[in-house]
Amino acid sequence: MKNININVDHVTRVEGHGNIVVNVKEGKIEECKWEVVEAPRFFEAFVRGRSYLELAHITSRICGICSIGHTLCSLQATEAALGVKISEQTRLLRRILIQGENLQSHVLHAYFLAAPDFVGAPSVFPLVKTHPEVVVRALRMKKLANDLCDVFGGRTVHPITPTVNGFTKLPGIKEIKAIRQRLAEAVPDLEATLELFKTLKIPDFKRETEYISLKSKEEYALYDGVIASTDAGTTPVENYRSWTNEYLVPHSTAKYTKHVRDTYMVGALARFNNNHDQLSPQAKKAAEELGLQAPCYNPFMITVAQVVEAVHAVFEIIRLIDEVLDKGLKEEDRRILLKGGKGVGAVDVPRGILFHDYTYDKNGICLEANCIIPTNQNHANIQKDMEALLPQILDRPQEKIRLSLEMLVRAYDPCISCSTHLLQVKFV
Amino acid sequence: MKPKIAFFDFASCEGCQLQVVNLEAEMLDVVGAVDIVQFREAMTEKSDDYAIAFVEGSITREKDIPRLKKIREQAAILVALGACATIGGVNCLKNFQPLDEVRKYVYGDKADWYETFPARPIDAVVPVDYYIHGCPIHKDELLKVVKSLLLGKKPEIPTYPICVECKRAGNVCVFELGSTCLGPVTRAGCGAWCPTHRDNCAGCRGLVPDPNTNAEKEVLKKYGLTVDQAVGQFRIFLGYAEVAK
Ligand code: SF4
Ligand code: SF4
Ligand code: SF4
Ligand SMILES: [Fe+2]
Repeated sequence: MKNININVDHVTRVEGHGNIVVNVKEGKIEECKWEVVEAPRFFEAFVRGRSYLELAHITSRICGICSIGHTLCSLQATEAALGVKISEQTRLLRRILIQGENLQSHVLHAYFLAAPDFVGAPSVFPLVKTHPEVVVRALRMKKLANDLCDVFGGRTVHPITPTVNGFTKLPGIKEIKAIRQRLAEAVPDLEATLELFKTLKIPDFKRETEYISLKSKEEYALYDGVIASTDAGTTPVENYRSWTNEYLVPHSTAKYTKHVRDTYMVGALARFNNNHDQLSPQAKKAAEELGLQAPCYNPFMITVAQVVEAVHAVFEIIRLIDEVLDKGLKEEDRRILLKGGKGVGAVDVPRGILFHDYTYDKNGICLEANCIIPTNQNHANIQKDMEALLPQILDRPQEKIRLSLEMLVRAYDPCISCSTHLLQVKFV
Repeated sequence: MKPKIAFFDFASCEGCQLQVVNLEAEMLDVVGAVDIVQFREAMTEKSDDYAIAFVEGSITREKDIPRLKKIREQAAILVALGACATIGGVNCLKNFQPLDEVRKYVYGDKADWYETFPARPIDAVVPVDYYIHGCPIHKDELLKVVKSLLLGKKPEIPTYPICVECKRAGNVCVFELGSTCLGPVTRAGCGAWCPTHRDNCAGCRGLVPDPNTNAEKEVLKKYGLTVDQAVGQFRIFLGYAEVAK
């Protein structure tokens, strides 16, 4: 009978530190664990006492990769707490920004972090020699998304211009038109991306779970909407606490969550399962070509759902930009009447639904804060997937098992910086 | 032989490492000129044989210290990457509150599971050779520093304040718009990133070496602020220096 000891300390090509620990004695699984070992950073505690104008800049630093999402979610929570109703123009520009972040994050994950596994490379760097056109294409697409976020947010990592009730500076029409042109020219890159991901062999594995995301009548929701679940219908975002139920586990510095079942999934695949009807025609076609069909219960398909969302992002941003160009942009009065209050924001960021919840005193000083991070909502689901996958692959050599488990974790694109910050695999 | 480079991170948002990846076009040139031997965020292959270590993040717990010391022992050159590493950055906001209470606020009755101590920059623990400032770092400065290191030269980092770059850019001063700005005492090098977008500078690149004698502090005076008052308003990134006083 077989003994297996896997101990992946700090899973690589994920954001943050996490470990995988597997221990099999004489064919019997004794331990199979996903651990988060990131250093905790205590944002919710230290934003207390800071001004409503600083909250988005501070909480943006929870995560560099999802900094636009955190910024927008933070602004939403502050605006809800202070009773500020933003203009259609502000909402339109924010929707472009969140699509831009989704595009850049998905290109980064699909090409740089996930794809090397499928071609048996340890990272994207060897691919520079073996597949230069692929790397150059990935960099070109990522640069387009980053330049777009620079134009609309002032900076792609920790945006500068989005602020309470608007933008400190509006994007220039000339710059917007240049980005629109480049988006239109990116279509061949999208097609080549589809061709590439069609050739990758996705492991055959299934575990049905609950899928949670935002949902909106108007569009494939990222920026706003209600909370939707495949098990439980919908609820307003203010009810997020009873739908996330955070709890702590001893082997992890990140918090875990649960809802109807023991675990649930958030992110691109959850959004796809809930809202695929609302994808653009081009994204629907991409899903079909890539063999992604709702409902999909294979977590390895998260990467495929990300590629589909990247296609959607390009066409959706073009549509939103046309709306901007049609209506024009005008400077708006951002002043607000300062008062206290409590409010919740929810944005579906690249890795899933994110919540910020703040209470302010009458001077706009933060009294209480709570943030629920996408990756934290996925940790328990990753654990259950590992437990389901391991028995199915036990007959394989230890190295293959290790690679499969790492790929599984990586498919979730976990952002441990966000969830405190960490990924390692230990087979002890 | 190409210099061997490694990246490490402590408590951070990984935004500065992301800026490295965001070099995009230039990344291929950099990758060609160096040998990246460790970069957990981007690669699986790794080696502990490196000459230049880029370290992101603040030191926030006891067990970070031996890990950092080991990196220091191995690296001929240690570069602090971003505000968390250079000045302590956003993580130091927690230093203003009793840490037991901070832990309890986030982790409730399980607070004891989560070890933490006052956040600090890298050079509070080991000597640092070079600093790449900012939250996040600026790609142009990153490239400049990497190029100097490859040429074996000491990178030139500005010691004058943001106001100089801001005026050069022809911006309207945000004080004129009714805001408060740390640009008069903050180290330049980002091209006045925030004021150029009509937002105030919050000091993420740290203070100039001589904030109390620097000429631009007159700007603060004009708007009725002392250096200490201004810094106190913006403790987002500068908390470590402030508490240390
Ligand atoms: S300095 Fe800022 S951008 Fe860099 S790691 Fe720290 S928080 Fe992130
Ligand atoms: S105070 Fe700020 S906005 Fe004014 S000139 Fe200096 S850097 Fe620019
Ligand atoms: S303007 Fe100030 S806050 Fe903004 S990036 Fe430069 S140093 Fe940092
Ligand atoms: Fe994140």
